[in-house]
Amino acid sequence: MIKNFKPAVAAAAVSLAMLSQTAAAADQYFPIPSYRVGAYGANGQAFYGGFIDYLNYVNLKEKGVNGVQMTWEECETEYNNAKGIECYERLKGKAKDSAGPIHTMSTGISYALIDKSAQDKLPLAMMGYGRTDAVDGSVFPYAFPLVTTYQMQASAIVKFIKEKVGGNLAGKKIVYLYHDSAYGKEAIIAMEAEASLNKFSLVQIPVAHPGNEQNAQWLRIRQEKPDYVVFWGWGVMNQTALKSAQKVGFPREKMIGSWWTGSEEDVIPAGDAAKGFMAATWNVAGKQVPVIADIEKVVYGANKGNLQDKAKIGTVLYNRGVSAAVLSVEAIRKGQEKYGKGKALNGEQMRWALENLNITDARLKQIGATDLLPEIKTSCDNHEGSGKVKIQQWDGAKWVPVSGWIEGNKGLIHPLFQASAKQYAKEKGITPRDCSKEK
Amino acid sequence: MEFFFEVLIGGLLSGVMYALVALGFVLIYKASGVFNFAQGAMVYLAALSVVGIMEWGAPLWLAVILAFAVMTAFGIGTEKFVLRKLVNQPPIALFMATIGLTFFIEGLAPMIFGSDPRALDIGIVDEPIPYILENWNMVISKFDLVAAGVASVLVATLALFFQYTRIGRALRAVADDHQAALSIGIPLQHIWAIVWGVAGFVALVAGMMWGARNGVQFALTFTALKALPVLILGGFTSVPGAIVGGLIIGASEKLAEIYIPPVMQDLFGGNFGGIEGWFPYVLALLFLLVRPEGLFGEKHIDRV
Repeated sequence: MIKNFKPAVAAAAVSLAMLSQTAAAADQYFPIPSYRVGAYGANGQAFYGGFIDYLNYVNLKEKGVNGVQMTWEECETEYNNAKGIECYERLKGKAKDSAGPIHTMSTGISYALIDKSAQDKLPLAMMGYGRTDAVDGSVFPYAFPLVTTYQMQASAIVKFIKEKVGGNLAGKKIVYLYHDSAYGKEAIIAMEAEASLNKFSLVQIPVAHPGNEQNAQWLRIRQEKPDYVVFWGWGVMNQTALKSAQKVGFPREKMIGSWWTGSEEDVIPAGDAAKGFMAATWNVAGKQVPVIADIEKVVYGANKGNLQDKAKIGTVLYNRGVSAAVLSVEAIRKGQEKYGKGKALNGEQMRWALENLNITDARLKQIGATDLLPEIKTSCDNHEGSGKVKIQQWDGAKWVPVSGWIEGNKGLIHPLFQASAKQYAKEKGITPRDCSKEK
Repeated sequence: MEFFFEVLIGGLLSGVMYALVALGFVLIYKASGVFNFAQGAMVYLAALSVVGIMEWGAPLWLAVILAFAVMTAFGIGTEKFVLRKLVNQPPIALFMATIGLTFFIEGLAPMIFGSDPRALDIGIVDEPIPYILENWNMVISKFDLVAAGVASVLVATLALFFQYTRIGRALRAVADDHQAALSIGIPLQHIWAIVWGVAGFVALVAGMMWGARNGVQFALTFTALKALPVLILGGFTSVPGAIVGGLIIGASEKLAEIYIPPVMQDLFGGNFGGIEGWFPYVLALLFLLVRPEGLFGEKHIDRV
């Protein structure tokens, strides 16, 4: 009896396993190396909360994309490069036949995965972080610095300041205060190019990690008497800068930060010192965006929300997570148009889809994301697709947009990416694709 | 010259903030001969307890008292569950235990109170004093002056405590030799519980000052990085040494940050700066070569 029973159980187990594999193949799988604990855990909670809530929203609202359900698996990286690689290796096995773009929300982890993901043919999304010369898709086919990059952002900030001072920056002085790391240094090349073009004086002042002491830097800024401070901070450096500006009496209305200085988590700890501070962003905050309000209703109404703290819904980073998921899901729709509706996309197909995005304002309106993020049109030689940011200002309680979408100087910045990508291709022995032959 | 003095005074006041953290290290080292790797995490736990309890509806004064209770309970718990098992073990075992304690706190504290960065308002504005600004054109912050006052009181109290009380003398005996101290009837367990409680109080003061200055967040654990060169300079066993070391490190790193990069740029080209992250360590390293026990540390003479 037992002898007969064993093979029967084994056969049933094999059948079940086959069934579950078949079911898995019909789903669109997202490997998510996320972080919710550690030094930057608060940022990760909001971003990945928004990202997963939108995937759930698509599943609940329209039963997936043409019937293909979104599935995902998270792995905690703690914003640590080594753990990021470990997570990637652990998750990639399941992404063989069905792979959504990988969002690490970490420049360090993205850098570490650029070559690996290309070898494994898994697309790496780097929205507002990561290796920016990957805009040139002829050299980086699997890396996507979507929406905008640090350099285009810096250029857009300069454009905003130029407008503020009456259209002429000649003779003005701008201090570039930056986190002394790869992230902080990324925008220097753009600031220098803009300074040379617009004839303003640029003073570069680095801040050592973690940036919880900036006394000397701000005393120097007081000496320099700049017209504006462009500020590339991260983590505790942001609050310290705002408090230090208050200490030396520098007006916060003359400080404009990168998008990693412009979340609620960045300004609330600085209290009143943050009031008036401006920062760039590629997504707006608030629940006035229809899709954000609808996520709260549909996903949290069904008790399937990802956030423990619902107060984060509508914050800058939550909406950024939703924006990242919107682009990912729109890529799936695009890919299904080519590779078959109702079918999950593999890494190569997803790469094609990300390279052929065309999300217009009309489409954003259709999905309830009007003005949540700018229009995007990607191609082989432009993995960025937009290059636009808004400037928002902290009024003491919330972020308020104070500009429309501003595009950086593409003619000035994109050649810098192409030159850098060309150099990378030379070092790595990569033969760039001919983008004119890509469709 | 005016700018030089502005930087110098600003640096000295920043150094006081480093000294506040360094004091906690000194206390534990004096009582157990162990470098407490968890001191930065304790600063984080203390500050997070204050803002966390305030979010539950308590006023600041009550939150501070309750946070002190949390730190005391933590100190007693550390003695009971960690240190008691390690009596008379090599210092490296105790040091490793404090590393474990660090990770424990860094995981537990946000689990209880949440990990969002928060503001802590203790009623002192971090703005320049108008009189000094108008008459000398120098930026001296009210907040930094209050911090200097708090640190001075703390240092004086602790120095007197170690020098003139029975518990203070017992602490020093325990630090010299656990077993010898036990053999003459010094209650090691009580002593350790007391010293970890006092170190918790110092962490609470440091956490509140740093938290009010930069916000209460995980990065408070990094304050320990600033305390290390202070300890090397001032000596691991000296309470006044912590404050003198803090002043030297604070002033020198700020002056270096302002005056060294332009010289380097003239010599080598390129963009220098952001040197205050490593400059104090280089200074401490040079100091080690000349005076390994620090300015005020106890000199060990071993019979060969």
